[in-house]
Amino acid sequence: MNLATSATAQAALSVRDLTTTFMTAKGRITAVDRVSFDVMPGEVLGLVGESGSGKSVTLRSIIRLVHAPGTVTGEVMWRGRNLIALPDVGIRQIRGGEIAMIFQEPMTALNPVLPVGVQIDENLKTHTSLDRAARRRRAVELMELVGIPEARRRLGDYPHQFSGGMRQRAMIAISLASNPKLLLADEPTTALDVTIQDQILRLILDLKNELGMSVVFVTHDLGVVASICDRMAVMYAGRIVEAGPVGAVFAEPHHAYTRGLLGSVPHAGAERTMLLSIEGTPPSLAAIPSGCAFNPRCTFATDICRQMVPPVSALGPERLVSCHHHDRVVAAGRPAV
Amino acid sequence: MNAKPDEALIKVEQVTKRFPLPHHLSARLRGQPRPAVHALNGVSFELRRGETLGIVGESGCGKSTLARVLVRLLECDEGRVLFGGDDISALGGAAGRDFNRRVQMVFQDPYSSLNPRMTVRQVLAEALSVHKMRPKSEIGARIAELLSLVRLPADAADRYPHEFSGGQRQRIGIARALAVEPEVLVADELVSALDVSVQAQVVNLLLQLQEKLHLTVVFVAHDLRLVRHISHRVAVMYLGSIVELGPTEALFSAPRHPYTKALLDAAPDLVPGGEPGRRTSRVVARGEMPSPINPPPGCPFNTRCPFAFDRCIAERPQLRHCGPEHQTACHLTEFGLPDASQIISEYRANP
Repeated sequence: MNLATSATAQAALSVRDLTTTFMTAKGRITAVDRVSFDVMPGEVLGLVGESGSGKSVTLRSIIRLVHAPGTVTGEVMWRGRNLIALPDVGIRQIRGGEIAMIFQEPMTALNPVLPVGVQIDENLKTHTSLDRAARRRRAVELMELVGIPEARRRLGDYPHQFSGGMRQRAMIAISLASNPKLLLADEPTTALDVTIQDQILRLILDLKNELGMSVVFVTHDLGVVASICDRMAVMYAGRIVEAGPVGAVFAEPHHAYTRGLLGSVPHAGAERTMLLSIEGTPPSLAAIPSGCAFNPRCTFATDICRQMVPPVSALGPERLVSCHHHDRVVAAGRPAV
Repeated sequence: MNAKPDEALIKVEQVTKRFPLPHHLSARLRGQPRPAVHALNGVSFELRRGETLGIVGESGCGKSTLARVLVRLLECDEGRVLFGGDDISALGGAAGRDFNRRVQMVFQDPYSSLNPRMTVRQVLAEALSVHKMRPKSEIGARIAELLSLVRLPADAADRYPHEFSGGQRQRIGIARALAVEPEVLVADELVSALDVSVQAQVVNLLLQLQEKLHLTVVFVAHDLRLVRHISHRVAVMYLGSIVELGPTEALFSAPRHPYTKALLDAAPDLVPGGEPGRRTSRVVARGEMPSPINPPPGCPFNTRCPFAFDRCIAERPQLRHCGPEHQTACHLTEFGLPDASQIISEYRANP
């Protein structure tokens, strides 16, 4: 299955048939199933899905943060090199260097027994050739860049002395230390309050423009996707089911799951009405339904959905969907947003 | 029920709740007062029969404490909560049990609010027998009825909580609350632990049940879209106080408190690219919420408010009416009115 744009030549990152499986007591389960996408330079790509859809594992697989019993196959092309086939030494230079990652829960991602300044310095030491004094100057600069007040004094503080929003800023400062060209963000604002989330999202967008990075942003919040992403890919049960520019996908979802997801979110002007819910629950990865994984919950499903994985249909240069009945989904109309 | 629709079912009057912290010897010797988390600072409102009152706010604003005070899981330090005219802290014995039955709560975490060693049947039968809702012979039939009410399969009765998904567990929690035929349902972050598609199922269920059973609902949540969707009236909390209270549409379309405006502006829009001009007229809250251990003097929002002036630090604004049914606690009486920006700047220059 190939949900990628044709313009591979200019893509900053291009992922082809990325598959991640885990060996468990119940047998081999597939968390990410032949996922393909491109990230353009300076673009924010949103990976959307519910818990267990494989969005975080996809992100981790890109920089090989998946450890045994997990195995990753496929191709991740980054500046002419395939990250999946790279030796460990090579991937260590890229991971945290050219490609940085920020995580959902900064308290578990930061080392609790090291001051934040030391953790920034670690990254600078590994990925830059600055001397000690220059590294310290750069660390203060980075803390100021992400909006931590009294940066010089706070370099010596430990993560527990920071609030949730400040911890997330500190983690962004660490990831930016090496001037990354690609930022992988795994639900960085999910644990934060809405006013703090707003501050962090603006920070990521500002930094992206300032430093010319590309961003892959994993989230389950469609509001976040609408406000910061250029393109989006919707994941369900380990596969990308629909992809395209954010405006186009919101205006006219072609997959029943995307349509249901958009309808599940309350919107202004229709208070106290029934939401368009999706019946049932997302499948367990150990028991993914045959054919289209969404078929047991889909109101458009027919026999073919239960037998055959739907092929990818290209609806436009950047607009892809994997559904047998995408014409009928569109004909049913989009849920009012 | 011979109730008028607008009758106040629960009246909350100047409720204050503090959670004391350890008092260190050195602090005691210096004569400092015992530190405490000021969870609720003089909260007052009415809950009307048949309505859904949404309570929104960020983490640490006291909304869950308020929910727990409403169902008597916590006792308030000052002020009182009146249920049908009686102070609930004075209710004892049969009257207390009757209150417990009539005001029920559904909790946030579907994983820790159900006893893992009890089957659904045991959970529901316990509620039914404690309040003597049905004679023993009818309990089985009532359990089947409750399960179909919350749309769980009939064979769910003899299974344990771990066999259910998060959404199904919240349904069990709702069934447990409804077993005793309550009048008021207090839902604390009912769906925030659930996936979006499952959230919609539970929200739909709540709306249907409210219609069918004439429930009065207190819906505590941090998700503004959700609160807007299901509430008739909304109370916005900040640092233990209600800063704005009003009919949902009025409050969302023309917020009259800078915090409400900041909260609404911070919530990501579902329209890609946003509405033109929206970004420029935004109110942005600076910094973070102060600690409830040392709340700032005056208006609780003065540390983050872009419009704060001298009076906000000196004097704590009280809730006052600013429209039909609409109350706000802000010194800027014109805030949120059309063309108010000029009035505000004049007011700040020459208060």
